[in-house]
Amino acid sequence: MSAAWFVVRRLARDRSALVGLILIGALVLAALLAPVLATHPDDVFELHPAERLQPPSPAHWLGTDRMGADVYSRLLFGARITILIGVIAVGASLAVGVPVGLVAGYYHGWLSDLLMRASDIFLAVPQVVLAIAIAQTLGPSLPNVILALSATYWPWFARVVYAETRTLQKEVFVESTAALGASPWRLTALHVLPNIASPIIVRASIGMGFTILTAAALGFLGLGPPPPTPEWGRTIAESREFLPDAWWYAAAPGLAIFLTVMGFNLLGDGLRDVLDPRLRRARQAADG
Amino acid sequence: MRLLALALHRLAWFVPTLLGLLVLTFVISRVIPADPVALVAGETATPAQVEALRRQLGYDRPLPVQFADYLARLARGDMGTSIFTRRPIVEDLAHRLPATIELTVVAMVVSVLAGIPLGVVSALWRNSLLDHALRVVTVSGLAIASFWLGIMLQLLFAMRLGWTPLNGRLQGFPPEAITGFYLVDALLTGDGPAFGAALRHLALPAATLAFPALATLVRFTRAGVLDVMQSNFVLYERAMGLPRSVIVWKYVLRSALTSTVTQIGLLFGILLAGAVVTEAVFDWPGIGTYAVSSILQSDYNAVMGFTIWAGTIFIVVNLLVDVVHTLVDPRERTT
Amino acid sequence: MAELLAVRGLRVDFVGDGGVAQVLDGITLDVGPGEVVGLVGESGCGKTTLARAILGILPAGAARVRGGEVRFKGADLLREDPAVVNDRVRGRAITFIPQDPSTSFSPLFSVQTQIMDLMKWKSPRADAGGGRRPPFRRYPRQRYRADRAAVLDTLRAVQIPEPGRALGRLPHEFSGGQRQRLMIAMALLPQPDLIIADEPTTALDVTIQAQILRLLRALVKERGVSVLFTTHDLGTAHEICDRVVVMYAGQEMEAAPAEAFFARPAHPYTRRLLASVPGPAGELRDIPGEVPSLVAPPSGCRFHPRCDYATPECRAGRPALRTLAAGHGVRCHHPVDGPLGADA
Repeated sequence: MSAAWFVVRRLARDRSALVGLILIGALVLAALLAPVLATHPDDVFELHPAERLQPPSPAHWLGTDRMGADVYSRLLFGARITILIGVIAVGASLAVGVPVGLVAGYYHGWLSDLLMRASDIFLAVPQVVLAIAIAQTLGPSLPNVILALSATYWPWFARVVYAETRTLQKEVFVESTAALGASPWRLTALHVLPNIASPIIVRASIGMGFTILTAAALGFLGLGPPPPTPEWGRTIAESREFLPDAWWYAAAPGLAIFLTVMGFNLLGDGLRDVLDPRLRRARQAADG
Repeated sequence: MRLLALALHRLAWFVPTLLGLLVLTFVISRVIPADPVALVAGETATPAQVEALRRQLGYDRPLPVQFADYLARLARGDMGTSIFTRRPIVEDLAHRLPATIELTVVAMVVSVLAGIPLGVVSALWRNSLLDHALRVVTVSGLAIASFWLGIMLQLLFAMRLGWTPLNGRLQGFPPEAITGFYLVDALLTGDGPAFGAALRHLALPAATLAFPALATLVRFTRAGVLDVMQSNFVLYERAMGLPRSVIVWKYVLRSALTSTVTQIGLLFGILLAGAVVTEAVFDWPGIGTYAVSSILQSDYNAVMGFTIWAGTIFIVVNLLVDVVHTLVDPRERTT
Repeated sequence: MAELLAVRGLRVDFVGDGGVAQVLDGITLDVGPGEVVGLVGESGCGKTTLARAILGILPAGAARVRGGEVRFKGADLLREDPAVVNDRVRGRAITFIPQDPSTSFSPLFSVQTQIMDLMKWKSPRADAGGGRRPPFRRYPRQRYRADRAAVLDTLRAVQIPEPGRALGRLPHEFSGGQRQRLMIAMALLPQPDLIIADEPTTALDVTIQAQILRLLRALVKERGVSVLFTTHDLGTAHEICDRVVVMYAGQEMEAAPAEAFFARPAHPYTRRLLASVPGPAGELRDIPGEVPSLVAPPSGCRFHPRCDYATPECRAGRPALRTLAAGHGVRCHHPVDGPLGADA
């Protein structure tokens, strides 16, 4: 699709989006190659109490934590958790939110109202609180965190898709296609979906950043995967009692979170700048 | 009157939404956990004691009946009793509300007073050093984990430099309680030392809370100003040689602000959400810590009480935002 | 010649995605005192750019002035101190009437606020350059009252009913025609020497266009104010101009007193333009070809690809100004003699 190529070319010109892409790439690499890149790959499980709380050194690039484990290595493995949570949670939210938004947008009447009301309910309370409530009720574990995050993020996708679908409905080409007798499914697949792709993509990228932050907050409060899982938020919580001396213990995971989320935000912004009205024009030009 | 119609329309949405929220929370608190009564009874309770407690609390009745009963009590203003504090939840909330509000308001004032002018300046001196620096700030603002920012600030300012206290709302005696807001009360009673102490305690948590809000405001204002600068009326004013400062600070800002006003409503919502985590970091005795500890202790009545309160606040804030928007944009008024 | 405004050889480029567009290619143009000059041309010929270049409000990033002068009362506006130009020339000696009155007001402030803000800084009773720096300058109450009285008078002159009450209203409460009258009033209040009007009636209903034009002409003639206005409509030019200048693709082609312009046009393009107006039997006679790209414009006279009389000379270099009669100049190697209607 020439429209997709157009987008990629445009994006490549945006320096901050490229920075975002690099950061995300670094995250993915860290996660994939953690066993290789880590200096002490076994420190995820092994404890060396004798070496606890050592400052950064050639042996331990980011120092050691309260169990004597290498902070840098645990950070790399933490990247795996982060990506896992982010991708699955956002993916699940998308899988639920997009169909809900489509149905609510396409139909009018009580079904549409009900669906949108349901998403409003989830949005009425701060996402963090709801996620905490769900996670705590189910118990601290990785799947439960993902579930809690998906359950609280899907309304954002539903809203975006709902708004777009309604806007598109008013556009002439949808009306005329429907008048020609096209079935709702055909209409959706051929006309609606390609047009809602761009807001969904933008939302997904921004959502990744947001989800990762919320996941870290849950980890911080003790609701994330239990030890010895090297989740970044939990690591920060663990480090608190050893401040101000062992500052690297708290600084490193926080910085990791920061760079990761920044990467997704920059990419999301770049995508938004490129995708919005221009994708439509590009598509129209490509389709002739 | 248009405002009245708007208010009524909002209220019509409020009730079903709140109801839905209550059902959701009720389900989370009664249906999902293994046995809420056992949690209340404690670990040392015998099965017989647990059963007795269950009957006493009415948890043995069918769920819809329990829910109806809860709603009836709610209508009387009774949110139940907190398992942990053994006090009526309504009292607990009222007691903790001023702390959260004071923190949130201070954070919001700071972010508005700093954010809007910075946004304007950033737009005017586009691509200058200042603009780029601000862009770094705005992007970071939304990428930094609040709790981590709070901890880092504590590390630097409280632990290393000793400029501010580490946490808490106040050490020593609070000023005479009139409103419950320490800053206001201290001013009203002329209590200088208390004012200073309260301010110092507010500094770090408010800064932590304000940072993402500031980032958002700078962004929106910058975008708004850049957008408005393209308008025809700005072109006209430039053509007629009106001084640039008048064009920007009077005409452009007003136009850019009408859209920012709606953002302030959203901002308040974000701040309230952020308050939960920030309060946890700084041991701030507000509603946020109450919510978190209630959840962590499985004090479900308290959780529901908090949920009702939070939901109501959100809707009220949105209503106010709509009202203010109508007032600010005179085009709405005269139609 | 004591010309009020003398543009000489003005060249302006626009930098964009597609390349560098040479929007104005050495424009030369005069406006005399008390004279109404119409600048006629198709969309995209550069007339709006010229208007903005004279006012000095070209978009800073995209536009570049490559050369030439804009002499107003002897001084070159392009080379004077910008702060002085903004304070003394813009909004005082030279004022502006925009194309779209509905978006040229701020929708959030009353008409009174906007007009009085203009008067605060640009009233003829204000002393230029005195007082504190903007925006903190004060507005002395006495002058305010005098200015307000002048505003009410001028509103009456532009036939706004109940001027006192009108002032208190918001811009969107007026009709398009009324808003343009307000614009005319605002253009006259600083007692300028020259008004630059950019397609002032294009955005209005056809039925009131003539009305507004005649009002403008009457008012400026009364006060001895010059007007340079741009339009793509020959009818508009015919309605109120003393002189007409024709532009094509960034070059001025012909300038003549109105009578001579409409009766004995000399430039092939002008003749084509006048002929393309639908005749009494409704016949349309188009100009064959298309408006050229300004990124890679034709060399020499830019009309030569579409011109019936073109010769290699026309491609080689831009024709020099040829004076055919008093005030009638044309830039063409082959100006046509004789009244209109003789050719296709």
